[in-house]
Amino acid sequence: MLEQITSSFTTDGYWDLFWLVRNSVITAAVLGLMGGIIGIFIMLRRSGLVVHGIAEISFAGAALFLLAGLDVVAGSALGAVAAALLIGVLSLRDKDTSSVTAVLMPFGLGLGILFLHLYQGRSANRFGLLTGQIVGVDDLQTRTLVTGAVLISAVLILIWRPLMFASVDPQLAAARGVRTNLLTIVFMVLLGGAVAMSVQVVGALLVLALLVVPAAAALKVARRPAAVVLLSSVFAVTAAVGGIMIAIAGTVPISPYITTISFLIYVVCLLVGRRQRARMNSTTRRLTSSAS
Amino acid sequence: MTGPALRLHEAAVQFGARTLWSQVSFALQQGEFLAVLGPNGAGKSTFLKVLLGLQRLSSGTAEVLDRPVRRGSAEVGYIPQHHQLEPETPLRAKDVVGLGLEGHKYGIPWASRKARARVDELIEQVGAADYAHRPVGLLSGGEQQRLRAAQALAGDPALLLCDEPLHSLDLHHQRAITELIHAQSVHHGSAVVFVTHEINPVVRHVDRVLYFARGGHRIGTVAEVMRSEVLSELYQSPVEVIEHKGRLVVMSEHAEGDHHHA
Repeated sequence: MLEQITSSFTTDGYWDLFWLVRNSVITAAVLGLMGGIIGIFIMLRRSGLVVHGIAEISFAGAALFLLAGLDVVAGSALGAVAAALLIGVLSLRDKDTSSVTAVLMPFGLGLGILFLHLYQGRSANRFGLLTGQIVGVDDLQTRTLVTGAVLISAVLILIWRPLMFASVDPQLAAARGVRTNLLTIVFMVLLGGAVAMSVQVVGALLVLALLVVPAAAALKVARRPAAVVLLSSVFAVTAAVGGIMIAIAGTVPISPYITTISFLIYVVCLLVGRRQRARMNSTTRRLTSSAS
Repeated sequence: MTGPALRLHEAAVQFGARTLWSQVSFALQQGEFLAVLGPNGAGKSTFLKVLLGLQRLSSGTAEVLDRPVRRGSAEVGYIPQHHQLEPETPLRAKDVVGLGLEGHKYGIPWASRKARARVDELIEQVGAADYAHRPVGLLSGGEQQRLRAAQALAGDPALLLCDEPLHSLDLHHQRAITELIHAQSVHHGSAVVFVTHEINPVVRHVDRVLYFARGGHRIGTVAEVMRSEVLSELYQSPVEVIEHKGRLVVMSEHAEGDHHHA
């Protein structure tokens, strides 16, 4: 198997190939940047599973649009935003997003399978949506994705302080007049949009690698908001762009490279974070013992 | 600022057919310290929610500085019950205080020089300078609670609402937080509404007590309210208040239980 992977690499005309997929690289980089900004909130609001749920339910939207003869990508985007909104509204009262997600996810997937079954044409080649299909992005798609990512990032920056307040200490934020429920809904819509776009890059199954893993890694080593955003953006861009650059030299699809790189980054951060904390603890101990 | 910090007039809260409390009328002067007592479910938290503008009165009025209470008022500071923040919270102590100052504002999240100076000042005021740059998730409960006090004092509030701020703190930190709150009322004239299960840690500072139980309430000085006959009438069952070495102990055979066991 290893031979199959290694023998598939060629370096001839690598940069020509790279030029061909430049749209994908740009898209991946911009989505990575957005992933860094939204990822910190996904982690703080413990919405990792929600991201996965939205991604899978977006597949139902895609399948429905396929059946109806409409644009599959638009269907997946609509499905993602609708799913996010539904999860947000249903969990407003008890804040338990993960059980709402766990309830909605099988239903959404079931619908997706039903729509595919009803579809008369060949659906197999449409499954790129589940595993990622970025190599095929054209100029128009690139523009749409970049615009979307910039828009989502801009809104997140403008609502940054109230959203951070509401995510870290919802009770206190509400007491200070922050509309926590409204922010939850706004955040879920943004999250739906972010997932819908990331699905285009790594596919519904692997969206977590772009939106959650980089932020989780950054939180292990950084303790300032700006540092977490910066690091997780760098991690996400590294994984996405790095994955594409390696993948075009071979025949293995892009997704495994992206997920592997992002996982390795996480492991490194985990180890670095442990060492940091051990060092901090020993400093505190020294300080206390010298003080007493 | 000449009028009372807080004024309630025939205030009542009902949930469906159930009246939580009613006919609450009193005014709290600047610098006055009010302890709010009562068993669980008597409406202490709802009382705070009313003052925060998060719960509407069923009837009557509630005014802070002669204006009806409203959500997110800068005139009202709030210290919640202590709850430990997540260890991985990506904020330093000073970032948390900054949220208390500007966390409700939309727009580019860039703190002005003035805002940063105010944060430093608040951190100094609550004695948190030693750990101002440490990650908040790694701080102890008492240290985190000091930061919440700093957040609440950010707007130099006319009314300071405290929701069992001493809960789950050790004695040392209980005293420190109490002193902070007291200092705010003395030096800045803030009126304090202090909801608690346990009056003893703050009894020295208390000017008046508002006691909720069984749909009724009593308000007055400690000596007026914390008496066996007054509380027995309020609970509609025998309650005994004993003073023991300067501590007030409320004893009852009441089935619902009383929470003032000292």
